[in-house]
Amino acid sequence: MKLPVNYIARNLWVRKLTTVLTAGGMALVVFVFAAVLMLDAGLKATLVATGSPDNVVVIRQGAQTEIQSGLTRDQAALIETSPEVARGVNGQPLVSKEVVVLNSLPKISQSGVNQPLKRSNVVVRGLPDMGKTLRPQARIVQGRMFSAGSSEIIVGASVARGFAGVEIGQQLSFAGRAWTVVGVFDASKTAFDSEIWGDVEQMMQAFRRVVYSSVVAKISTPESFVALKSRLDDDPRLKVDIKREAQFYSDQSSSLSNFITLLGMALSIIFSLGAMIGATITMYAAVATRTAEIGTLRALGFQRASILMAFLLESLLLALVGGVVGLIAASFLTAITVSTTNFQSFSELAFAFTLTPGIVTYALIFSLTMGFIGGFLPAIKASRMKIVDALRAD
Amino acid sequence: MFFLNFVFRNIFRAKLRSTLTIVGLVIAILAFGLLQTVVRAWYAGADAASATRLITRSAISLTFSMPVYYRDKIRATPGVTSVSVSNWFGGIYKEPKNFFAQFAVDAPTYFPMYPEFVFEPEQYRAFLRDRQGAAIGQQLADLYGFKVGDTVPLKSGIYPGNWEFVVRAIYSAKDETTITRQMYFHYDYLNEQLKRTAPRRGDLAGVFVVSINDGQAAPDISRAIDAEFKNSLAETLTETEKAFTLGFVAMVETIVVAIEGVSYVVILIIMAVAANTMAMTARERLSEYATLKALGFKPGAVAAMIIAEAFLLAILGAGIGMLMTPLVVQGFHALTVSVFAKMPLVAQTFYLQAACAVAVGLVAGVVPAVRAARVKIVDGLRHVA
Repeated sequence: MKLPVNYIARNLWVRKLTTVLTAGGMALVVFVFAAVLMLDAGLKATLVATGSPDNVVVIRQGAQTEIQSGLTRDQAALIETSPEVARGVNGQPLVSKEVVVLNSLPKISQSGVNQPLKRSNVVVRGLPDMGKTLRPQARIVQGRMFSAGSSEIIVGASVARGFAGVEIGQQLSFAGRAWTVVGVFDASKTAFDSEIWGDVEQMMQAFRRVVYSSVVAKISTPESFVALKSRLDDDPRLKVDIKREAQFYSDQSSSLSNFITLLGMALSIIFSLGAMIGATITMYAAVATRTAEIGTLRALGFQRASILMAFLLESLLLALVGGVVGLIAASFLTAITVSTTNFQSFSELAFAFTLTPGIVTYALIFSLTMGFIGGFLPAIKASRMKIVDALRAD
Repeated sequence: MFFLNFVFRNIFRAKLRSTLTIVGLVIAILAFGLLQTVVRAWYAGADAASATRLITRSAISLTFSMPVYYRDKIRATPGVTSVSVSNWFGGIYKEPKNFFAQFAVDAPTYFPMYPEFVFEPEQYRAFLRDRQGAAIGQQLADLYGFKVGDTVPLKSGIYPGNWEFVVRAIYSAKDETTITRQMYFHYDYLNEQLKRTAPRRGDLAGVFVVSINDGQAAPDISRAIDAEFKNSLAETLTETEKAFTLGFVAMVETIVVAIEGVSYVVILIIMAVAANTMAMTARERLSEYATLKALGFKPGAVAAMIIAEAFLLAILGAGIGMLMTPLVVQGFHALTVSVFAKMPLVAQTFYLQAACAVAVGLVAGVVPAVRAARVKIVDGLRHVA
C-alpha cells in the first residue's frame, strides 16, 4: 500500500520555513546552472544563426579569423569566376569581396556617468552592394542604407545600444576620415548586429589596404561546396581556407563557449554539494521529528518500501519546487543581452540568454538528482526503524 | 563557563546534522575564496604594471600598426627617457590550445625598461647576439619544458608561414607580481623576414613602450605624444601600462562581474543552509528553552545561547574552509595554468571569508533566537517538536 501524495505534500507545507529555506537553496543552484546553460545556448544560437547554409567564406590559409586574413584582388577574382558560384539574374556572380577591421569604440557606461568610458573592439566591415544581398537577414530599422562611394556607415542594433557616439548623424573618425552614421540595421539577433558596415572601396582607400579580408560567395547548390573546396585547394595560385558560413561562425564560438561551460559546470557542482547537504539535513530532521508517526504508519500496515518511497518522494518534491522556482527566476534572464569580447575574433559580440526545452529538462533532472541524493540516506533511515522502538519514541 | 559548555554540548548533540552543516560551510567558504581569487587573477597583469611605462598604440584599435619611424618622434617628446617597439606575434606552438604570448621586441631598448625580468648576463648577451634567438620566461619554460638551446617552432595566423626560434635565455621574476609566461624575440628578425616576403607589412610597430621619468607626468606626456600624430594617417592613443592592461580586463568585464556575482550567491546559499539548521534546532528545542526560562534564565540569555551556537558552527566551518583555501587555489591553478599566469591569494580574500562567516552566524541565529526569547513558558513546555 502506498502513502498518498497528498500526505507527503502536506508534510512539506507544515514546516513552511524549513521548506522555503531548503527549496530556496536548491532554487539558487538551479538558477546558476540554468543561467550558464542559457548563456552558452545564446552564444551558440547567435553565431550559428549568423551563417547562411548556401554561403561560403574564403580566408587566407591558417588565418582563423577575417581580421588576420588577406586576399589579393587577383585571388578574389579567381574565386569569383569559379563555376560553382551562383549567378544572379544578370549573370553576375553572387560574390562579396569584403574588408574587415577592428575599431576600438567607447562602450556606454553602465556604472555611472563619471566612470571613464571602457573601450571595446567593434568589427567594421566594408562590403559592396552584393554583400547586402548575401545577408538578407539585415534590414534597416532606422535611417537609411549607406550609399556606395561615400564615407557613410550604418551600425548594427547591438552596437547602437551598447556604444557611445554611434547615433544617426554622429560621426566616427578613423583612418583619417570622418564617417557619418546614416542608419541602424537589425540583423535578427545574429553576429552582424554587433558590426558596423560601410562601403568596401572607401574603406580600402582610407585604410590604405590593397588586400581584401575575406570573400563571401553564394554557391549554386549546397552540394557545390565540396567541388568548390577541392577546386580552390588544388589551385596553386591560391592559399586559402574555405568554410560554409554557418560553420565559419559557429567555429568562432568554441573558445568562449568552452570557457563558459567549464566555469559554469565547476560552479554548479560545488553549489549542488551545498544544496544536497541542505536537503539531507532537512530530511534527517523530518525523519527525526516524525519517528512516532513512522512507527504508527508501520503499525497500521504500511510496508518499509512505502515509508522509503514516501520520504524519497518528499525530498524529490522539495527539489522539484526548488527546480521550478529556479527555472522561473532564470526565465526572466531571457530579457537580458550580454555583450562581451569574443576571444577568438577579439571583437565585441552581443548575445542573449536563451532558454531551450533541453535546458528546462536538464535543470529539472539536475534538481531531482540533488533531491534524490539528499533524501536517500534519511529515507533509508526512516524505513529501517523498528515498529516498537519507533512507537516508543517521545 | 557554564554558558559555553552548554553551547558546545548542544552543537555536538546532533552530530550528523552539525557535521553536515559544517561541511556545507567549508565547501561554501572554499568556493567563495576560490571565486574571489579567480577574479583577482584577471587583474594580475595590471598589478604587475609600472607607473613609469606608457603604451602608445594605434587609436583605431590594437589590430592596426603604426610606422616604426614614430619612435624617433616619441623619443623627442619632453619627459620621455626611452622608447621601444613591441609586436604581438600570435603564434601557435604545435596546437592552438598551447596558447602563450609572444612579442617581437627591440631587445636592447626593451629589457632595460623591464628590470623585473632577471637575466643571467651570459644568457642575455647570447640572446642579443643571435638574430633568431628568443628569451623565455621561467613560468613558460616550466610549462613546456623549454631549455636553453631548444628550437621553438611557431605558426602564426598574423604572419604567414612557419617560424623557428632558438631559446637563448630564460629569465626569472624579480618579485611575486612579475609574470614570466611570455616569449620575446627580435623585432629586427621579424621585420627583415617581412620585408622580403610582404614588403608592405615591414617597418610597422604594434605598440611603442615609452619609459618616462616621472609617473605623475604620465597624463601630460600621453597627451603630448598623441598630439604629435593627430590628423596623421595613424593616430595614436597613449595610456599608462596599467590602463592599457585594464583595457583588456574591461573587454571581458561581463564575465568577471558574473563570477563576482556568483560568489555572492554562494554566500546566500550557505546562509539558507545554516539558517535552516538553526531554525530546525530551535523548533525542536522549544520546550527546552521554555524549561530554561522557567528555571529563571532571562530571554536575552536564551537568545544569546542560540546565537552563540550559530556563530560557533559558522566559525568552525569557516575556519576549516579558510585553512583549506590555499591548497584548493593551488590545485585549481595547476589545472588552469594555461589561462591564468598568476593566481594571487591576497589577505583581503581571507577578510571577506571571515566577514561572510560572521554574517552567516548572525543571519542563521537571529530568527530562532528571537523566537525562543519570545516564547511563553506555558506554550513552550506544551510544545511537542
